[in-house]
Amino acid sequence: MQALTNRSKVVAKKEMTFIEKLYLPAIFSGMIITFKHFFRRKPTIKYPEQIRPFSGVYRGQHVLKRDEIGAERCTACGLCAVACPAEAITMTSAERKPGEEGLYREEKYAATYEINMLRCIFCGDCEDACPKEAIFLTDRKVDSLYTRKEFVYGKNILVESKENPISLVKRQTPQVKEFKHHVEFAHNQTYDKQKKVKNSSH
Amino acid sequence: MTLSFLIYKVILVLIIFAITLLVATYSTYAERKIAAFLQDRIGPDRAGPFGILQPLADAVKMFMKEEMIPSVSNRMLFIIGPGVCMLTACMTGVVIPWGPSMNIGGTEYPLQITDLNIGILYLFGVISLGVYGIMIGGWASNNKFSLLGAIRASSQMISYEVAMGLSIIALVMTTGTLSLGQIAADQPGAHWNVFIQPLGFLIFIICAFAETNRAPFDLPECETELVGGYHTEYSSMKLGFFLFAEYINMFISSAVISTFYFGGYNMPFIARFVHDPNWLAVLGFVFLFTKISFFIFVFMWVRWTLPRFRYDQLMNLGWKVLIPLSILNLVVTGGWMMRMEIYHFFIK
Ligand code: SF4
Ligand code: SF4
Repeated sequence: MQALTNRSKVVAKKEMTFIEKLYLPAIFSGMIITFKHFFRRKPTIKYPEQIRPFSGVYRGQHVLKRDEIGAERCTACGLCAVACPAEAITMTSAERKPGEEGLYREEKYAATYEINMLRCIFCGDCEDACPKEAIFLTDRKVDSLYTRKEFVYGKNILVESKENPISLVKRQTPQVKEFKHHVEFAHNQTYDKQKKVKNSSH
Repeated sequence: MTLSFLIYKVILVLIIFAITLLVATYSTYAERKIAAFLQDRIGPDRAGPFGILQPLADAVKMFMKEEMIPSVSNRMLFIIGPGVCMLTACMTGVVIPWGPSMNIGGTEYPLQITDLNIGILYLFGVISLGVYGIMIGGWASNNKFSLLGAIRASSQMISYEVAMGLSIIALVMTTGTLSLGQIAADQPGAHWNVFIQPLGFLIFIICAFAETNRAPFDLPECETELVGGYHTEYSSMKLGFFLFAEYINMFISSAVISTFYFGGYNMPFIARFVHDPNWLAVLGFVFLFTKISFFIFVFMWVRWTLPRFRYDQLMNLGWKVLIPLSILNLVVTGGWMMRMEIYHFFIK
């Protein structure tokens, strides 16, 4: 059989020489090795003070986006819940009443929308599945909490506030937007495309 | 014996007791730091700058823990065990010469609590009493793991005490005294006993590792086999006493090794620069502590380098290697000392 690397060694249980039997040389060389480690640079990152930089496309806690006028984009179609491999998403839908146009973008909206952050594997499939550009993952971390119940995030946490919307520029880079033009994502209209459609319809 | 002498001794005892406890406390911190550094980690660094308040935090934790005494245990012995361990550990510091004598106003103030003329015998007597604490604690817990740990501790102590004693006899033959003060005083400058008795030193330090139950000889408290060994059932400060006694023992062992083999408070060339006996005493104290710190470091360094022995290997090493070696050392030392007589016997 061909060896995978040239590092393989044939081992044989041979008699130890007298020097080896003394063990002392081996002990000293071992001690020298550990002593060298004493002065090595420590790879430890002192977490709360020192935070490692995240990648811009880090997939962390979700956000439910609002549109330009501040209405919730989600239409409770349930595609994200279907796409979710961890079955973390549950929702109930409701019909928009007249006069609520400023609150909800579509006629149907999510009355409740929950993501169980303990089930979620942060794969981002929900983001891919969403036809309304409503749900995105962001580079925020999910907090540590004390009980399991607290990890079921409802709309109060997931929907972004009108005052300070969550920026997606790091995650929605031009390349990503370009990629989303692919036919596989035809259902998934990007902001630009929507704008184009709107503009052309005028 | 005057009153001032008594007062001086009491103060000295208290100081040495305090120093012993302080060093032992900070040994726990040093142990964790050194372990961390040898393993490319940082170690405790949250309590105070660089974590130097960690021992305090540990002590608070130990005191706050729930105190548990198993209902099936022998209650009195269970409590006595850690006490004995701690007591014997603290008693050994008495005969160590911490520095040369001070001379204030014409009176000699030796920096040694008492210079027994049988200091070495006293030391070994007390050290071998230390195993009773472990034995009593392990037996009184009424737990098979504790008992096994205690049995291991006692058999290990007995086995290694033989080799240790034999290596010390060779030392006593060359120095011609059993008093520790005399042994330290007999090694001025760089005339350290380690150059006369290198093999004896090697045997002694190996046995010291075994006597203090430290890795690679920490079989009495071997976590992988015996849960926690003799202190499995202990919690709170009683556990703290057992652990603390180990650090005191380590400190005393380092002091003994420094005194026996590395000149104690002596340092080469120092007599050339400093002549005032009081300064010499202070410097001697500093030197001794430097040596002690080094040996404590070696204790820890070895612990975090070597894996634990198997029990049969431990016994093999003790009985089949160290004891014959120390007897050989004894014979060679004796032969060297009698070389003139032997020479005359054959040559006439
Ligand atoms: S990121 Fe993945 S696992 Fe998490 S909710 Fe979305 S689809 Fe489910
Ligand atoms: S896929 Fe988008 S629009 Fe549909 S329910 Fe999920 S978040 Fe709402």
